[in-house]
Amino acid sequence: MAEDERNLNDRQSGATKLAGVNLRLAYGPHSVVEGLDIALPARRFTALIGPNGSGKSTILRSLAGLMRPAGGTVLLDGRGIATLSTRALARQIGVLLQGPVAPEGLTVGDLVAQGRYPHRGLLSGWSAQDQAACDEALRLTGTGHLADRALDSLSGGQRQRAWIAMTLAQRSEVILLDEPTTYLDLEHQIELMNLIRTLVRDHGKTVVAVLHDINQAARYADHIVLLKAGRRVASGPPAQVISARAIEEVFQVRSMIIEDPVAGTPLCIPLAHESERDRRPSQRET
Amino acid sequence: MSVPMSGKPAPGGRPRAGLMLGLLGALLAASCLLSLCLGPRGIGLGTVFDALLRFDGSREHLLVVTLRLPRMLAAVLAGSALAVSGAIMQAVTGNPLASPGLLGINAGAAFAVVAVMTLTGGASGVPFLWAAFAGAGAAAVTVYLLGAVFSSVHAALGLVLSGAAIATFLTSLTSAVLIFDQSTLDAVRLWTAGSVSGRTLAEAVGTAPYIGLGLSLAFLLGRHLTVLSFGADAARALGQSPVFWRGAAILIVILLAGSAVALAGPIGFVGLIVPHIVRMLIGVDYRWILPFCAVGGALLVVAADCLGRSLLANQGFPVGVTIALIGAPFFIWLAHNRLRSTA
Repeated sequence: MAEDERNLNDRQSGATKLAGVNLRLAYGPHSVVEGLDIALPARRFTALIGPNGSGKSTILRSLAGLMRPAGGTVLLDGRGIATLSTRALARQIGVLLQGPVAPEGLTVGDLVAQGRYPHRGLLSGWSAQDQAACDEALRLTGTGHLADRALDSLSGGQRQRAWIAMTLAQRSEVILLDEPTTYLDLEHQIELMNLIRTLVRDHGKTVVAVLHDINQAARYADHIVLLKAGRRVASGPPAQVISARAIEEVFQVRSMIIEDPVAGTPLCIPLAHESERDRRPSQRET
Repeated sequence: MSVPMSGKPAPGGRPRAGLMLGLLGALLAASCLLSLCLGPRGIGLGTVFDALLRFDGSREHLLVVTLRLPRMLAAVLAGSALAVSGAIMQAVTGNPLASPGLLGINAGAAFAVVAVMTLTGGASGVPFLWAAFAGAGAAAVTVYLLGAVFSSVHAALGLVLSGAAIATFLTSLTSAVLIFDQSTLDAVRLWTAGSVSGRTLAEAVGTAPYIGLGLSLAFLLGRHLTVLSFGADAARALGQSPVFWRGAAILIVILLAGSAVALAGPIGFVGLIVPHIVRMLIGVDYRWILPFCAVGGALLVVAADCLGRSLLANQGFPVGVTIALIGAPFFIWLAHNRLRSTA
């Protein structure tokens, strides 16, 4: 039975692409994450979910190799990422953090071209492959018509798509996104979710995103990791992870879980907030 | 469909930027020639060319080759070095106010030169090139560390506050040293204001390799500066080692600003305003910004020197003062119009 479960797991979630083993993540003496094991399946869309201060962004940074774990290791295809050079890592893992800034006046086309940085040698020129990667990234994100526009003249949503295009131009197998839907209106949120789906299904990418909206995650992600105070509370396919008990444990919100009438995925409907008792610990986290 | 973008410059953009750079270069060449002709004793263009190409030892030829040529070369070298180092600093710090003047690097180099000069006796900064590098480097490190402390108070202003504090402190120290040492004061009075008069050909030529090396390295750095300007995390995410490239950028700045100060004193504003003017002209591609700054900075200093000499009919008038007269109003305009959006 255990073997059946593993087979099922493999078929549903793919083999592990990126993993954190016994991770301890700390800013100075202050530990944010302790003893975390996390496995992200290959060629799947994984959503990291949790309240503010649950360590989602910190975990994403460590998975991207931007933050050195105080303990434990991050494995990419079973190999420690600490052994890879910054450049080699950037060819395999692309990451878009929150609130990226670019020099004033930089055009979308110029920004996307920077995504080719890890693929270019010190003196080598711009190759046809570089151009193809940028064209594809602009096409996939629908930003081709903005290529000559300055980034700071665009709306928040357009700007976010341009940054995603830059990350796509990197052509890494793994793409990590920290709250990519934050500045997007509903239409562009759905567009982005569909884009992630396309990247996973048609381009074989492994996408990991920190998301705020539980229902969006439940609807679009193949795999959900539920986090609380740097701890993994649950992980697996949405139908397994999203339960009233898990939501209450993580968010201190009572809810009802019904089946999404359109997608058939779990849909979380919050009920009342249990205020005083549970507020205190969540304030301490932040 | 192929969209133009500047990993490789836009097909329409390259010739235009190239043409503008050529134009600016021609303007620089014209100012250089004017600088050679200009003086209490006006010398014709033909004589200037003769002096450069068929030197015959006549009084006019001597004037051109021993006085005016070194002065013009010093202006070109210092101007390009300061402007390029300012552009690099603005990219690396992401701070539009960053420049070797405002961040104390010029003041550090100047103080080190004056201090060593007082101890050993000397008449210009050039023999003390390594003191200038050391002073520039020490100031850069101090400002950077102090800026990290201040940035907990205000992120954007931290570095500028720290730079202003260090620059003011070092400039006062320099004045203090000069008050107590009359002979050094007489020798460097003009130099501390930023001056290209009285340089010898040997001094200009002796500094040239360092500035040439600094400029070449800066041009190699160009493509990496855009990614560097995204900040440490985003740069690392793109595969750039921020420690290495930041370190390289700072060393290049020290090499350029240190050489410029040793040669021509702490000329202010060039490193601040030239990069801004260049960005207004051609945009944000650092592979173009740096060569434009090199030519533009040289043009500004040579032209300002010509202007100061002809308007005031005083050959010793320090170019640093003329540039401050042009630079300060521009700086105020800049702070009023352009920094509001970025600060």
